Formats: sequence, structure tokens, C-alpha cells
Amino acid sequence: MATPNKNAAPGRGLIFGDLWEFDPAPETADPRLKARYDLFIGGAFVRPRSGRTFDTINPATEGKLAEISLAGAADVDLAYRAAARAFPSWSALHGRERGKYLFRIARLLQDRAREFAVAETLDGGKPIKESRDFDVPMAAAHFFYHAGWADKLEYVAPGRRVAPLGVVGQVIPWNFPLLMLAWKLAPALAMGNCVVLKPAETTSITAMKLCEILQDAELPPGVVNIVTGAGETGAAVMGHPLAAKVAFTGSTEVGKAIMRQIAGTDKKMTMELGGKAANIIFDDAPIDQAVEGIVNAIFFNQGHVCCAGSRLLVQESVADRVVAKLKSRIRVLRVGDPLDKNTDLGAINSREQLATIRRLVASGVREGAALYQSPCVLPQKGFFFPPSLFTGVTQSHRIAREEIFGPVLSILTFRTVDEAVEKANNTAYGLSAGVWTDKGSRILKMSTELKAGVVWANTFNRFDPSSPFGGYKESGFGREGGRQGLLDYASTT
Amino acid sequence: MPPRSSHAAHARLLDEVGSVDQVGIEERVAKFTTRSVKKEAKIWGLKTALSMTDLTTLEGKDTPGKIESLCRKAIHPHEGLVTPTVAAVCVYPSMVRHAKAGVGASGVKVASVATAFPSGQTHLKTRLAEVRGAVADGADEIDMVINRGAFLAGDFAQMEDEISEVLEACGAATLKVILEVSELETFDNIRKASFIAMGVLRPGDFIKTSTGKTTLNATLANNQVMIEAIRDFYLDTGIAIGMKPAGGIKTAKQSLHFLIAVKETLGDAWLNKKRYRFGASSLLNDLLRQLEKERTGAYQAPYSFSDASESY
Repeated sequence: MATPNKNAAPGRGLIFGDLWEFDPAPETADPRLKARYDLFIGGAFVRPRSGRTFDTINPATEGKLAEISLAGAADVDLAYRAAARAFPSWSALHGRERGKYLFRIARLLQDRAREFAVAETLDGGKPIKESRDFDVPMAAAHFFYHAGWADKLEYVAPGRRVAPLGVVGQVIPWNFPLLMLAWKLAPALAMGNCVVLKPAETTSITAMKLCEILQDAELPPGVVNIVTGAGETGAAVMGHPLAAKVAFTGSTEVGKAIMRQIAGTDKKMTMELGGKAANIIFDDAPIDQAVEGIVNAIFFNQGHVCCAGSRLLVQESVADRVVAKLKSRIRVLRVGDPLDKNTDLGAINSREQLATIRRLVASGVREGAALYQSPCVLPQKGFFFPPSLFTGVTQSHRIAREEIFGPVLSILTFRTVDEAVEKANNTAYGLSAGVWTDKGSRILKMSTELKAGVVWANTFNRFDPSSPFGGYKESGFGREGGRQGLLDYASTT
Repeated sequence: MPPRSSHAAHARLLDEVGSVDQVGIEERVAKFTTRSVKKEAKIWGLKTALSMTDLTTLEGKDTPGKIESLCRKAIHPHEGLVTPTVAAVCVYPSMVRHAKAGVGASGVKVASVATAFPSGQTHLKTRLAEVRGAVADGADEIDMVINRGAFLAGDFAQMEDEISEVLEACGAATLKVILEVSELETFDNIRKASFIAMGVLRPGDFIKTSTGKTTLNATLANNQVMIEAIRDFYLDTGIAIGMKPAGGIKTAKQSLHFLIAVKETLGDAWLNKKRYRFGASSLLNDLLRQLEKERTGAYQAPYSFSDASESY
């Protein structure tokens, strides 16, 4: 099982060879990158007071894309002051008017969708088909959705009055840079808050490009301020005294550090952290579609998804069939140039993340699980990892407990429904889960017993702006999207 | 255990072959349509699709003259363009003689629909006689329709028996079994019927989506259900069955989507006319138009292609 070639055995095996190899099909839209990105404070692009910059690279080539400003504490302070100055008039503006700005942002983003998709793919490594068909359209959808709420806030919480909190500090991760920005900005603005936001240091470009859109939309200066940098900048954003609320999406480890940092203050918090989701396949599930769901669950965005279905729990009686079909399926996943329209798995976001994935995969092998990797050829340069799966995994393996955040699936088996629930819930996390069965009643039972913020039934990794998203346990608290997400940016009386 | 009711029969068979989720299958096939096939790969795909085409005319108004023209087109699809021939011409039984004369020694096969196509609603002995007649007239391939009534009633034994009798009547001719997917209505049923048919067929025989005579014909989704059934059957038994989507595939782009589905589901061994066919008429001219565009860099006017699609 560890040697891929044995699975390509002739005779009864299927041949996924190069009889019909596709020519390169790169997306050619101009991402219109600047050589250097300044900070966006008070409606203008300003050089950082720190005087420092860092490079952002293309993880698929390791080539430099642009210089990004490194915001120091003084820069973050400026951003907060600008936001605080903007807050009284922004929050007093009629919701209908705030909605107009959000509609404008959404439409401008749609107008420049291809440009943003290419920029996102260059900076983050995700395949163009995902940035084009998922990230950018979903980001626009979030602005549209919340634009619709802005003049209807009196209906968000019937019987109660809602009011904005003030200035909110937001820190977002590198896996869906533009989309996470939309998840954070749109509800905050719709509710009448002002924002200081920091994108992840490896993926700042689309956030800074969005600032161009904010300018074009004539959003009042200071309503949104974006500061770039790494952990120190993030800590300054989270800890600033003017922040009425902080919202963080990222690793559980950093989330805990932030909570320690702001303990004792009266800041409100929402945390969307890691996950180790169970994707549960029952023996009556439509197997081929379940296999497709498993692929969507773990290989979407190279597995850089907090809600990825990284633990596959499959009922023993169908385990062999599911695993055989899965191996066959991942052979035809195309790994390579993220800009190629046919690429299914792009580049791992950073050298550090690649090292993390390799380390955890090595631990899986060391602890005795059987590794199968797609025999695909990886590019010479850049950070790539083949689609991988482990069989013979038990609950005590590290690869069954820790978030790998890469294209690596750990496969466990179960016999009864109770055992499936027990194994699924036996984790520190609780962000999402998947259930595959033909039996509707079983779906309902599972969805009440699984301790996860989202339970997908016969599908996986489906999102909608109107559907709240968030976790249980160490996956965080608070919700994003829907009415619930909006309320996390409001005080209610 | 004999089926106590049609429901029990269907339930048992479904349990055996497994179900299909409609949302899931449609999601899967949508991915094939986002593949981008350019340059050499596109030309290879277009020529391969052309070589897999069963150029079809199934009309009451077909005449020997029309068949002769169809055969010429099948052998020499377009002046000045180097292409393979199509796989076969597909006609009604009464036209088999004319088609046989028309294709001559070109290597293009003559396929005949038979068994009271498209409904199949006549006596078995009449259907079998029709098959024997077509084979006697020189048909290389027979496209039969299944007994949908028997299938829906859960009388799988009858469906199997009829297919095996037709198979026997075929002799050396290749058999293609038309499921008429639009009358089976669900993806589960398409999968079940595929397995029943494959259980009877010889290696190299085909299962086929539809007659082209109903409202819904070949789609990427029902093609996918059937090629997944072919794959599962092959991996279980080692018997390689071919696939023929028919009806509704009108553009070159569509045909490439179907071939991508084959490439990613059944693999390279099915990317040839021995194992995959398109039942189509207007498709051929669009393939030629695209090939001419690749060759010359410009789209040619529709009238520069013989037998413009409307006439088929």
C-alpha cells in the first residue's frame, strides 16, 4: 500500500496515463500588482512609520511578487485613531446608505473578478479554478448579503434594539485571504462598526487590492483600515485599547494566545480556530458520490481549510471499496501550476506550512499507519505536496488528532452508529462534520449528536453567506454569516 | 429467492449495486466542464471524438440516396482535412443493405437499430427476426432497446432473457444495449439497468444511453452513472464493456466534456472507438468546423461543410 506503483497493476486495473495529456491552459488576466503596497489608513495609502517592509512571494515559484509594509505599533495606533474618528458619522449613517457602499464594493469586486482571482492564486498558491469559481464570487456574495441587511437591522433581533460596537480589530488567515476578509468586513460594516484589519503576512495582496475598491466606492475615510505584517502586528491589532471587539480566524494556538493577551479587558471576542473534522461514510451511502465528497472535503484548497474533512470515518463493511475508489480518484487529481485552469491542487501556501505537513506525515508513517500518495509528478520549484491518505489510523495517532492543514487524509473505520459518533466527537475540535447515508433519519440523529458547528449531509465544504459558520470546543466561538454572525458585531438592548 | 414484488426486486438489486446521489453526480460532472483543453490536446480530442462517432440517420424519410450520401460523409468527412473515418453509420434495418454497399471496404462499420426501435413494443419473435434480418443484410453492430416495462415492473429475468436472445441472434455482430434513460427516470434505475445488461453482454459489447427519440437523451450525468457502472463491473469481473452516449450531443465542446469524463473515470483504455462511441449526427460537422478552425485559425461558414446539420 505504501508503494503507489503496485496500485497501478495492469490487468484489471484502470490506466490513468498520458494518452491524452492536456496542454497548459494558464489564466492570462493581468493581476495588476504594484511593486510595493503601503498601509491603508484613513482612506489613503500611507508608508509605514516603522519604515520596514517584507517580501511576499508566489509559493508556486518562490519568486517575489511585491513588497508589503510592516506595520508597527505606531501604525496600528494610527489606524485605530482613524477608525475611531470615522465611527460617529459612519454609525449614525442610515443603514440604507451604508448598504449602498456595500453594494458598490460587491459590484466593483465582481467587475474585477478575474484580476482578483489571478492575484489571489499568485499570492496564495490556490488553483485558479477555486479562486475564480469560489473565493472571489463568495467574497462578493458576502458583501451583497450584508448590504441587504444594512437597512433591515431592526429585524435582526426581534424585540431588541441593536447598535454597533465601535471599532473592531480583525485578524484573518492565509487560506482564503479575500473571502475571510469579506466574512469579517461585511457584517462589521453593515452593522455600523469601523474596522482595523490585518491580513496574514503571506497573503496581503488581495486585501490591499480591495482597498483600491474601497477608494473607488468612496467609502468614508477611516471606516476600514488595513495594516499588514506578521504576528507582532496582529498582537498590536488585537490588544489595542480602542478595540471594542476583536475577531480572529486562524490556529487554535494563536487564538489561545490572543485570549490570554486580552483577558481582563472588556473586549468582545469571536474566534474561528482549527478543526479536525470527521467525515462519516455509512455503508448505505452512494459510494461514488461519497468518494467525491471525501475529495472535496480534504483536497479543496490543498487541505488548507479549517473545516476540512481530514478524518474519514468509514463503516467497516464498505471500507475496502471506499479506499480503493478513493485511491483511483486521487490518481486523476492534477497537481501543479496554480494558474493552470486544469489544476486541482495548487501550491502549499508557504515553506513553513510544507514543513509542518511533512513533519506530521512522517509521524504518521513512524506510528505505523499506511501511506498512499498519488503518483503525480510535482513541479521542481515551489511548495507542493501530493494528495495523500493514511489507512490503518487509530484515534491515538497524531495524524488523527492534530490539524495537518494539508492534503492529507487519515482514514479510520467504525462498525456502529454509536461508535462513529464517539470517534467523531473524540477530538479537541468541533468545527464541522460530514455524514453520508441514504437514510434521512440517521442524518438527523447524527446532526444532533455530533459536536460540530456545521454538519454537512451528503455533501461537504458548502458555504452560503446566510448560513452561520463557527465552532464548538477548541474550534472557537461566535458565528460568521447569517443573522447570528451579524449579531456578533452588535450590542443588543 | 424469486421477487415477491417489483419493489422487493428493485430494492434487492439496488442494495447489491449501490445507489446514486443526484446532487453528487451533477457536482462531479460539472467539474468536467471546467477543464480547459487547448492546442494539441484539443486536436487529439476532436479527432478522437470524430473517430468514435456513429453517424446516424433514423428517420421515416430516409432513402437509399440519403444513406449513400451519409456513407460518403462517414468515409470522407471533409475535403482538405486529414481525419480518421467515423466509427460507423447507424441506420434502420431496411437501410442496412444500402449502407453496407456505401461503406464498402472503408472500415466504417454498419450499425443497425433493431428490436422495434425505439419503443421495443412488439413480440419478441418479431424483434429477434428484425435482428437476424439486419445481421443477414450485413450489419456489423446491432443497437437494441431494452424492455423498459419489464425492468420497471421488476421482472429483471425477462429483461436479461431478452437481451441474451438478441445477443444470440447477433452472432458475431457487436451488440449495443439501449437503456433509454429518460424512461428509467432515476439515476438509481440507470445504474441498476446497466448492471443487468452488462451481466449478459460479451466483452466489447456496449451499453447505450438512449434512442434519441425521447425528450431527454445523453447527458454528462447519465453518462457518468453508466461509465461508473462499467468501471465497477470491470474491476469486479474483468469484463470490459463499451459505452455509447447518444442523442443531444451536438457540439464539439460537449463531446470533449464526455471524453474528459471517460479519461478521468475509466482511464486511457476506454479512449478509443472499440470502447466508446458517440451516437450523433450534427456533432460531426461541429467537430469538423472546430478542426478546420484549429488548422486555419478561422471559423468557416456552416455551408462550407457538406450535409449541414439540419438535414440529419
